[in-house]
Amino acid sequence: MATNPILEMTHITKTFPGVKALDDVSFSVEKGSIHFIVGENGAGKSTLMKVLSGIHKYGSYEGDINFDGEIRQFSRIDDSEAAGLVIINQELALIPEMTVYENIFLAHEVSKGQVIDWNETIHRASEELNRVQLTINPGLKVKDLNVGQQQLVEIAKALSKKVKLLILDEPTAALNENDSERLLNLLVDLKEEGITCIMISHKLKETIIADRVTVMRDGKTISTLEKDEIEEARIIKDMVGRSIDDIYPKRPDYVPQDVILDVANLTAFDHRTDRYVAKDVNFQLRRGEVMGLAGLMGAGRSEIALAVFGNPKKFTMDATIKMQGENVTFKHPSDAIKHGLFYVSEDRKSEGLVLKKDVKENITLSNLSKIAKNFVIDKNSEIQAADEYVKKMNVKTPSLEQLVFYLSGGNQQKVSISKALFVGPKILILDEPTRGIDVGAKFEIYTLINQLIAEGMSIIMISSELPELLAMSDRLLVVAEGEIKKELKKAEFSPETVMKYATS
Amino acid sequence: MQTLIKDFWLIFRNNIRDYGMYIALAGIFIFFTITTGGLFVSSRNIFNLIQQTGFIAVGSIGMTLIIVIRHIDLSVGSIAGVVGAMAAVLIVSYGMPAAIALPVVLVFGALAGLLTGFLVAKVGIPAFVASLGGMFAYRGLIFNFLQSTGTLGVNDPLIEAIGRGTIPGLATVFGMQLTSLIVGLFAIGWLIYSELNNRQKKIEYNFDVLPKNLMIIKLIFISTIIAVVTYVLGAYRGISWVLVIVGVVVFIYHFMTTKTVLGRHIFAVGGNPEASELSGISVEKITYFVFSSMGFLSALSGIMYLARLQSATFTAGEGLELQVIAGAFVGGTSAAGGIGKVTGSMIGALVMASLINGMQMLSLGSNIQNIISGVVLVLAVIFDVKTRNMKKIEKSA
Repeated sequence: MATNPILEMTHITKTFPGVKALDDVSFSVEKGSIHFIVGENGAGKSTLMKVLSGIHKYGSYEGDINFDGEIRQFSRIDDSEAAGLVIINQELALIPEMTVYENIFLAHEVSKGQVIDWNETIHRASEELNRVQLTINPGLKVKDLNVGQQQLVEIAKALSKKVKLLILDEPTAALNENDSERLLNLLVDLKEEGITCIMISHKLKETIIADRVTVMRDGKTISTLEKDEIEEARIIKDMVGRSIDDIYPKRPDYVPQDVILDVANLTAFDHRTDRYVAKDVNFQLRRGEVMGLAGLMGAGRSEIALAVFGNPKKFTMDATIKMQGENVTFKHPSDAIKHGLFYVSEDRKSEGLVLKKDVKENITLSNLSKIAKNFVIDKNSEIQAADEYVKKMNVKTPSLEQLVFYLSGGNQQKVSISKALFVGPKILILDEPTRGIDVGAKFEIYTLINQLIAEGMSIIMISSELPELLAMSDRLLVVAEGEIKKELKKAEFSPETVMKYATS
Repeated sequence: MQTLIKDFWLIFRNNIRDYGMYIALAGIFIFFTITTGGLFVSSRNIFNLIQQTGFIAVGSIGMTLIIVIRHIDLSVGSIAGVVGAMAAVLIVSYGMPAAIALPVVLVFGALAGLLTGFLVAKVGIPAFVASLGGMFAYRGLIFNFLQSTGTLGVNDPLIEAIGRGTIPGLATVFGMQLTSLIVGLFAIGWLIYSELNNRQKKIEYNFDVLPKNLMIIKLIFISTIIAVVTYVLGAYRGISWVLVIVGVVVFIYHFMTTKTVLGRHIFAVGGNPEASELSGISVEKITYFVFSSMGFLSALSGIMYLARLQSATFTAGEGLELQVIAGAFVGGTSAAGGIGKVTGSMIGALVMASLINGMQMLSLGSNIQNIISGVVLVLAVIFDVKTRNMKKIEKSA
């Protein structure tokens, strides 16, 4: 128990029709500490934070919230913000077309009456930016910042609201190693200033900065570990309710086979960002291998993959691409798919799935001709096909007709990959295949990767999680500024080497 | 009986979005039947109502797909107008047989739509602007066609038939036309067959189906409606060509949207264009197709309007685009994209037309008619949005 708590939540129970999302949860946070909440998706972490911040308003749950010495009954998010409690969600709440300073003071503008004092706004925005150690011009538009910088702007916005308790929901999910580390250091600095922080994260190694870790599972708190008890294996055991001996399933060493994809002199220019996203990129991919693309966010990993995959982002590009020794030109992703190449997007919600459609329609979307006769879809074959993948991939869904919108992140990802496998690809590009999904689902996806390459498929894997990339790849290309800076063999793998070339 | 009522409520609640429109339509019918002392549901008026709705319903169906892929088309009315004028000029001034002139103008409509699609998909300007440009330009073109002749009357048997004709009755049985009877019976038979067939397949896959007694009630209910409509039409002039055209368009588009690869691709693009592109669907090609189809149906609508008036006028199709859009929205098409039903939009168009028709029978002024139409449109969309949110909250646990 906390001795000097800033927050005490007692006996919180929250039910949705048919589901108990939180089951008698009691939880307290020490003033001036960094408190992690970890747990698999669906464990109730986000629901707990929504109860706390008033998104689920008072009266829709049972139990009491005592924050900063008072019993609170928040019914809107601005109630909790007024009390000094700010939540930063994974999907950032910034307006891309507005400037940094406009965003920082959005909805609590520096004004006299209705008239905004822009000079004071900019001045104070700069101060807050200093506090988060972000040295950018506050007049920049948010859309011109990278994700890491945007995250810091969100924190600056929270600071400008005189925050006492800062809640971060998976802040580093979209960040590269450098930006993540920078963010973690910032949280430690803010702690020195007396700001308490609750952080939800899937990256257990980040718990190094934690003073306490609370593990949640199935809507209950399982354990709260003190600083000297924090240990990854212990956390995982509490999270999944069983111990995972190995996070990464083993597979035999790769024995080189024939080259299946040969990309030469790939250059791509993106008009939207006005820069080269690929500069003279050359690589070969062999049958049955996992080739990792390492690099920082924005280094051009996804862009290189997309340029090869029929160029859906309409870069101005030039390349010589050979598949199994034959020259090919992909004018559209559909051409690439026809040749047996498939790209699974890093952003499953906005680029991977049609959330308003059900599980079966998403799985079959890329290859409807397989289940159609004369352009008419045979619903029976569709159901059979989808059912096969749901079973094979262990997608947890009440039915094939469930909208993908209602599935958890891990299951959405499985549907996304099922869609790719349904076209029977020879080469699969997996862009951040485990982003934002829980430990159990990650293990399933790693196992699947091993199974696919054993069947002779080749995989290009892009990931910001370096340990995962090092464990799963047979070979690594380190990308920076659209160039391949270094090719690393398995024996040469180490986080330090990768980071050295990634930041070169 | 208790469980039957309980089942009924549950299913009704869960599908209130789909049923809402039909209930509204039934409400409108009952209201006007009472206030007009039964005149509203007379054979003659039902026949007229269908004639008045046809050219709007056809447009609403095309508009459904446009809205599904998150666009809008404001050029519908002007294309309809210019197509009517073109057809009239070809037939009257150039002596072209209608059987040739009509396909020509339909192709023109499709090409006009394709042009809008090109501006939207390839050039990348908003559909609102591209089609607004079309709306002005085609309206101007009508003046070019009719400059020398003014309002141009068309006296052609084919046009006459499309506008006012009915399919031949062949014989009179039980006081109604034989063909109407056959069509009615066929429709009921097909309804029962497809419902049972569908149910069988769903049971094989362990999917939810309606309880048996509810299904029987549903079939009896719909069959009765078909029987009544058939009787009402059969006792008067029979089935008009307008109804046939609408029926064929609904059938083709319903089939296309629910059963074909193309339909699936259209809804996927509407639901998530980025994901569709990465799934190998060409958003560009789908956009071309949907706008061409809209242009084609606008042209069909224009022909039906020309045939109704038996003359091409300068103002033909003015404001039609807005009626068509209203029909699609009342029919449950979502402005956020990816959701919509062809049958819904047809009913939506019928709801709006019934309102106008009924109010005209009550001799209400056009001011009142417009106000009520506007209120009903907004209410329909409020209902749609509210029932959709309700479902979301219940499931998002």
